[in-house]
Amino acid sequence: MTLFRGDLAHRAGPDSAIGAIAMPCWCAQLHHICRVAALYDRGMGSPAPVALGDATSTRPPATSAASVAVPPRPVLPPHLAGVTADESALRRFLHGLPGVDPVGVESRAAALATRSIKKGSKLAALDLAISMVDLTTLEGADTPGKVKSLCAKARRPDPDDPSTPQVAAVCVYPDRVSIAAAELAGTGIGIASVATAFPSGRSSLSIKLADTRLAIESGATEVDMVIDRGTFLAGEYGRVFDEIAAIKAECGQTRLKVILETGELATYDNVRRASWLAMLAGADFIKTSTGKVSPAATLPVIHVMLQAVRDWRAATGRQVAVKPAGGIRTAKDAIRFLVAVHEVAGAEWLDPFYFRFGASSLLNDLIMQRRKQLSGHYWGPDYVTVA
Amino acid sequence: MAQRRTSTATAKDAATATPAAAPTKATSVKKTAEAVTAVRTSSRRAAARAVSSDAGGGANGVIPAVPVLKTYKLYIGGKFPRSESGRTYPVRGPKGEFLANAAQASRKDARDAVVAARKAFGGWAAATAYNRGQVIYRIAEMLQGRRAQFVELLVTAEGYPAKTAAAAVDASIDRLVHYAGWTDKIAQVFGSSNPVAGPFFSFSTPEPTGVVAAFAPQDDSLLGLVSVIAPIITSGNAAVVVTSETRPLPAVTLAEVLATSDLPGGIVNILTGSAAELGTHLATHADINALDLTGVDGELRTALARDAAGTVKRVYTPHRTPDFTRQPGTARLRAFLETKTVWHPTGAVSLAGGSGY
Repeated sequence: MTLFRGDLAHRAGPDSAIGAIAMPCWCAQLHHICRVAALYDRGMGSPAPVALGDATSTRPPATSAASVAVPPRPVLPPHLAGVTADESALRRFLHGLPGVDPVGVESRAAALATRSIKKGSKLAALDLAISMVDLTTLEGADTPGKVKSLCAKARRPDPDDPSTPQVAAVCVYPDRVSIAAAELAGTGIGIASVATAFPSGRSSLSIKLADTRLAIESGATEVDMVIDRGTFLAGEYGRVFDEIAAIKAECGQTRLKVILETGELATYDNVRRASWLAMLAGADFIKTSTGKVSPAATLPVIHVMLQAVRDWRAATGRQVAVKPAGGIRTAKDAIRFLVAVHEVAGAEWLDPFYFRFGASSLLNDLIMQRRKQLSGHYWGPDYVTVA
Repeated sequence: MAQRRTSTATAKDAATATPAAAPTKATSVKKTAEAVTAVRTSSRRAAARAVSSDAGGGANGVIPAVPVLKTYKLYIGGKFPRSESGRTYPVRGPKGEFLANAAQASRKDARDAVVAARKAFGGWAAATAYNRGQVIYRIAEMLQGRRAQFVELLVTAEGYPAKTAAAAVDASIDRLVHYAGWTDKIAQVFGSSNPVAGPFFSFSTPEPTGVVAAFAPQDDSLLGLVSVIAPIITSGNAAVVVTSETRPLPAVTLAEVLATSDLPGGIVNILTGSAAELGTHLATHADINALDLTGVDGELRTALARDAAGTVKRVYTPHRTPDFTRQPGTARLRAFLETKTVWHPTGAVSLAGGSGY
């Protein structure tokens, strides 16, 4: 046990959150790790703990990524280290994850959605939700002017009330990043950029890497990549893994959001597998959707993903962020998501660093509801700025 | 009492009877159907209903039809939801007898109604005047089809003599036809081309104001209601209507007429309940553009008008108690219009005289 602990802490490295997060409640944490490990081991046998260095160095580079330097693998605890060793180990692990009970997760999501958040709590939730918004415009018709007005809205969501918090980030296409970067310099608002042949992800790895590079070089602080759903659904988990890892390597210190496009994954089991796959490959965020496919971010799906990041933290000590995107239009929906975050993942995720809303029209409703809480009467769209 | 006991027994028999055991007399088809209905209903309910219904048939061995009681709900966005609050209140007839429980709309029902109205407004305002006229005429057709039902409702719910009730329903139908004719005449009558001292063609056209919250008359539950709703929707507005608190039943039945005509859901939303409770939420709501305060008076009317000033709403208040049996003027039509004036450049007046126009 103590060895295990020292092992983890040793591997954590200076820029890792492992020590900081896992240490204070280590006993409970360890207990949880053992439990989760046992849970996941059940389905895949007991993989022999492989030394991490071995795992990464023995993994052959993907054929499509031959020209790309082999990316450094994320630090994994011993019981997970072997699962990314090769395609079959990865498949064994992902298919060994416990299945999702769809009826259970949907009924829990529906039950939690009825929770009533009122008065001061509601105001606090609205402010938190505003500060978690990734204000998004991803249209073919995005003009520089539209991006600029979006940035203005991000800086001051409600010009009539300066106490309204700023949003977390704006989200634009890579070629619009430079405009947003100029507009948002010095504000602390992040610039997220979709990359990797968004939204379909159907292109070669070199183009996806170039797309990512363009975004980062233009000033993006976060990259939203899409996974190759076709390859994932075909069961070629190794290729998806390699692609995410390669993009992560390209990102370096820039945070990487991995879009699972849950609307195309067909089952909750697949959502769970894709979540784990993304986190194994080094994702800093897992994100539901591109917003171009319906259904997008639904409550049950976010429950499954929140369970995944919770278990991931218990297993590795790393806290991965979650971002639902698409289809969240009302403040009421947003508050339901916050309740789910609190109940499934925990209060540590109720932070713009660890939870985001990918949305555009949501912000207006949040502002109108915030005004309602402060003024006592309902507002209408005539009174909020359109971005 | 003997009659009641008989009918109770009959209903119980019916409840336990199976269709196969139904009598085989000449009228058996009808009776079988009735027996099946009774079997489907729980025996307790069936018995209770049989007691309250006409027991004469029961005494003759004919099973009386079981009346299906109507649940009076709200009408929001083309649907009939119960109040979000779950509240209902008893509605009493002219002699104080219990008629039905009506849904008591809450602040959130009002909010939902405004959202539905706002959503529907764009399409209705953009519809051609001809189309709006056809739809309103269709409402009149549907009301005509249910004439007998409304007459009966006015007799029981309002205590009208049958003749007066029939006259009120006919007048309501006429009122709808009247406004159906107005839709494509509003721009001609209230619009203008304006003589201006410059090289412009200036013209003004009336446009709908938007979402109108209306308080229907408290004592004239059908004709008054129709006379309030029709002019609002004629010009392309969407309406959120708070009905008479004590006489809400004809309004809910009118909602069924609206739902089965071609009126898009959300253009008329009907809330039954207290104008005093809902009034201030509607009057302060920033997404409502105008108020029709016909059905409130005294201090409440003043208070609501004051609340409405906070978001600069149009407020319509009739000068005196309106007599809806008389031909309507145009005041209600004009109350919910905005005038758009366009100055179209026609080019400088040329030295040769005359301009582009």
